[in-house]
Amino acid sequence: MFSGLADVFQYPFMQRALWAGLMVALISALLGVFVVQRGLSFLGDGLAHAAFGGVALGLLLGVSQPLWVALPFTFVTALGIAWVREHTALSSDTAIGIFFAVSVALGVLFISLQREYQTDAWHWLFGSILGVGRQDLAIIAGVTVLSLSIFVPLWGRLAYATFDAELAQTDGVRVGRLEYLLFALAAVIIVASVKVVGVILIAAYLVIPAASARLMSRSLFQMTLLSVVIGLVSTALGLVFSYFLDVPSGSTIILTQAFVFVLAAVIGGGIRA
Amino acid sequence: MARQACYAQDMTESAALHLHGVTVRFGEVEALQNVSFDLPAGETLAIVGPNGAGKSTLIKVALGLVKPEKGHAAIFGVDAGKNPKRIGYVPQLKTFDRSFPATALELVVSGLRQRWPTWLRPAERGQALNALTQVGAADYAGRALAKLSGGELQRVFLARALVRRPDIVFLDEPATGVDFLAEHDLYDLLERYQTERGATVVMITHDLSAARYHATRALVLNRRVHGFDLPAEVLCDACLKEAYGHLGHDHRVLVL
Repeated sequence: MFSGLADVFQYPFMQRALWAGLMVALISALLGVFVVQRGLSFLGDGLAHAAFGGVALGLLLGVSQPLWVALPFTFVTALGIAWVREHTALSSDTAIGIFFAVSVALGVLFISLQREYQTDAWHWLFGSILGVGRQDLAIIAGVTVLSLSIFVPLWGRLAYATFDAELAQTDGVRVGRLEYLLFALAAVIIVASVKVVGVILIAAYLVIPAASARLMSRSLFQMTLLSVVIGLVSTALGLVFSYFLDVPSGSTIILTQAFVFVLAAVIGGGIRA
Repeated sequence: MARQACYAQDMTESAALHLHGVTVRFGEVEALQNVSFDLPAGETLAIVGPNGAGKSTLIKVALGLVKPEKGHAAIFGVDAGKNPKRIGYVPQLKTFDRSFPATALELVVSGLRQRWPTWLRPAERGQALNALTQVGAADYAGRALAKLSGGELQRVFLARALVRRPDIVFLDEPATGVDFLAEHDLYDLLERYQTERGATVVMITHDLSAARYHATRALVLNRRVHGFDLPAEVLCDACLKEAYGHLGHDHRVLVL
């Protein structure tokens, strides 16, 4: 079995897929903790569909690397959602729902306007280990460095604002600006993850490792560490299953995570105080 | 006149809490109208008033969480919100999310570090345990917040507020959700801390008898100031009737 695994990872495309997978697993797990604790799962879904709209626009424009179009498209959507939440009486769900619907509608429009049939769209929807090129890997690496350079120094402030925004504000934490930053970072991380996991399953990818970790943790920091471990292991295993079963990587990764979640739900009741 | 101006300026600079002409508007609603008062250091101020009177808004102005449309607020001569280290704050329990994964010890350390903790350093753990011991909460230091009762949680928040030895402590309805004995203990703990530190206490309370018994000053508020003086002077029928609009039913008298 192990020689089989070694054979799998001798291929450059699988090596790239593994590196890409581990990087997006790390940053998605870090983001996922805040998504779960702030009740922003719908945001993940909304931004994933904004990424779909951005990718579709990129494909229509014939851009060789659609991620370069998806990044600003999703980034602006994230800031738009944050702005609507802060400046209008609309609930988060409504704000996200509107942007979600518009992005999907635009995505369908852009895909329909393409003259040639695009198989790429399928890979973008469900993820593909074959689809991680060198440029994709470079972009994912860049996003990982950017994300870690924000999460590591700001974790204490983000966590404090997540616990109670008012208490954090009394201690000088700029909760409003942090929220904009978190949304912008979510946009960038989701776009980076779309290649590996696909648009349809990104929201689950963000939530399941953190939710599993929550069942077995007594502190937010423990939850963060465990979320990262679960994300890394399930992504690596999911990629291997994807190769051997010859199915989209998004599905095998999410199913592996779901299995871990069930284990955590069974074990979790006994571990937490 | 010059002497009065000097006295007024001295009073302002030495005041633990200074508000001058503070007006706060939320949309079309004026939550606070031209509120002015100076609270000397070392006093205990009880803020009373009906629901929607602007009591929590006033505390938020003092903490720098809400910017007034007009007027100015300062704590020990420094603009509101600019000196968090001298301030301790116990928020209303009902606004807090108990399902957040955290222990009592972590919550107290967050007050010390002014950030949410990752792992707990030994010195911080010691200080936090000390603060919890002082409020009688050491037994449940390692317990999850979700498993604490209202009274226990109130003690932990008090430990968090006092752990960095603030000079002024704000409490928003500290007795809500807490039983009679726990409420009694809370006031005892505050008085002990005040005696030890010479701290100033500002608390919002609906309990007028607690205000009369524990406070050295009372502020009757209903968007504007209806009285600011010794509790015996200002918690009188006339002031309360003006602020509340009535004095309640015979079987539940407001003034005891």
